[in-house]
Amino acid sequence: MSDLQARPDKEIVLETRRLSKIFGGLTAVNMIDLQALKGEILSLIGPNGAGKTTVFNVVTGIYKPEMGNVFFKGSDITGRKPHQIVSYGIARTFQNIRLFPDMTCLENIMAGQHCRSSSGVFSSIFQTPHQRREEERIREIAQARLRQVNLWAFRQDLAKNVAYGSQRMLEIARALASDPYLLVLDEPSSGLNPRETEILMEFLTELIRTEDVTILLIEHDMNVVMGISDWVVVMDEGRKIAEGTPKDIYNNQRVIEAYLGKDDEEEEIDHGTTAEH
Amino acid sequence: MVKTQRFQIMIIAGAFLVYPFFVSDYFIDIAFYFGIYALLGLSLNIVLGEVGLFDLGHAGFYAIGAYTTAILNTKFGIPIFVLLPVSALAAALFAYLVCSPVIHLQGDYLLIVTLGMGEIVRLALINNPFDLTGGPNGVFGIDFPTFGYGFDIDSSIEFYYLIWIIVALSIFGLIRLQKSRIGRAWNYIREDEIAASANGVDVKNYKLLAFILGAALAGVAGNIYASKLMCVSPESFTFWESCLMFCIVLIGGMGSIPGVIIGAAFISLFPEIFRPFAMYRMLVFGLAMILMMMYRPGGVWPRKRGAVEFRSLLGPAARREDV
Repeated sequence: MSDLQARPDKEIVLETRRLSKIFGGLTAVNMIDLQALKGEILSLIGPNGAGKTTVFNVVTGIYKPEMGNVFFKGSDITGRKPHQIVSYGIARTFQNIRLFPDMTCLENIMAGQHCRSSSGVFSSIFQTPHQRREEERIREIAQARLRQVNLWAFRQDLAKNVAYGSQRMLEIARALASDPYLLVLDEPSSGLNPRETEILMEFLTELIRTEDVTILLIEHDMNVVMGISDWVVVMDEGRKIAEGTPKDIYNNQRVIEAYLGKDDEEEEIDHGTTAEH
Repeated sequence: MVKTQRFQIMIIAGAFLVYPFFVSDYFIDIAFYFGIYALLGLSLNIVLGEVGLFDLGHAGFYAIGAYTTAILNTKFGIPIFVLLPVSALAAALFAYLVCSPVIHLQGDYLLIVTLGMGEIVRLALINNPFDLTGGPNGVFGIDFPTFGYGFDIDSSIEFYYLIWIIVALSIFGLIRLQKSRIGRAWNYIREDEIAASANGVDVKNYKLLAFILGAALAGVAGNIYASKLMCVSPESFTFWESCLMFCIVLIGGMGSIPGVIIGAAFISLFPEIFRPFAMYRMLVFGLAMILMMMYRPGGVWPRKRGAVEFRSLLGPAARREDV
């Protein structure tokens, strides 16, 4: 608990208390306490199968937790539906990109504004002034986000036809288009080459600097975790085994054990070491 | 670009306008049924094309519309035009009641349920509940639509204009819906349900909305069909009708309005063209469908931004695991 005192005194955007999710006999998430502070990048790391994505799915409403609560900006949002949670201001991306493949990049990003608009069937058929203004606004916001991720040139291309790295950025742009307070990114750098990862890191730090947004990140690439996180939470087998600043985590004996327990993960820690020195 | 498009639309509209003056009543009637199928195709296209929900019981909604008109007109003498919105509402209400409990079903499961729903409607009509539907014989003596002042719609040519005006209005409304957040939300669901809900689309409600609107349009088609034929019977609303509607959307291209019109033309004109070979026409029809699926899986006239392949819709259940 002494770790927690080291954190700056900022508004808590997202908090989970004793969050647990059980699948059959398997406790995928076991009493997880998380606190994401305003304007921070909070990273969630851990070996494969540690339950990181499950935490994300519970936070974003895809799963209902068996126990515990999720608080967003002070109010309890446990068990709300995904579409409600977006409207509160939590937007997410997926580990395996989930775009709308047969729709254009622009239409993909316009999805983000769906929860911020309200026109119904009749106002859409008769194109009331309110509906027209709303469509105009949706389009403008989507275009701005598309420019922000440098994909303006692809606005009329189908999402399935753009490069993998661009699809990742497109998904982040779609999440941003909903004007979120909290951006939940599930392994944004997976499948990206080092240069694309570099661009992504710059993009995220720039985003934190310029916009009123907090980022919750699952990441396997230790360069990214150590490079941009303000706070790191380590999970293993559904439990939180450590948390702290990237530096603390990097020297933490339990974390190293958790990773070294799996031979194939060893390399990643080494990777982090070389990055640090 | 927009100008040539407008020009093309005017040419097509003009052709439809003058067509009845050059052909016999027989061909006008064929064009009338073409219009009915176009309307039915458009209605199923909302459910199947835009949202990607398998609905093989659409003839059920069509039947509800037709029988609502038939019963209320013959029993209470309510004019057909008044019954037009009533039929649409009746079919929509039926869709709401029947689909709400099953709307969460995916892909082929929903297909089986809707198939059953369509058959139950047909069997219920045959069983003559409350002595309303006339059993296998159906309901006779339905009026022609009348505006009062002695202006009735009672000739082939008038029915032809009636149906195509309604088709044109539907196309107008549906194109606007396609371009709105509603149409996009439907497409988001078709493309990826989980991503859609993670982006704020209330998946269940939008699916229900599609069923309700689709059923309402099918109800309108039923209303006009009933008054044109002056009688309705259960054999007009068989599983085969649902299949034809399904084919219309698949042939044309899912989510494509011009595609649906082409599909409807194919379905309604095909039997006429192959009338001399009546024995073999189903064979040719089947062959045509197989060739379509092989060489143009996205339909004859796919929606511009990219063809939606039928096959890709079979996958959402499989894609769900790796949230």
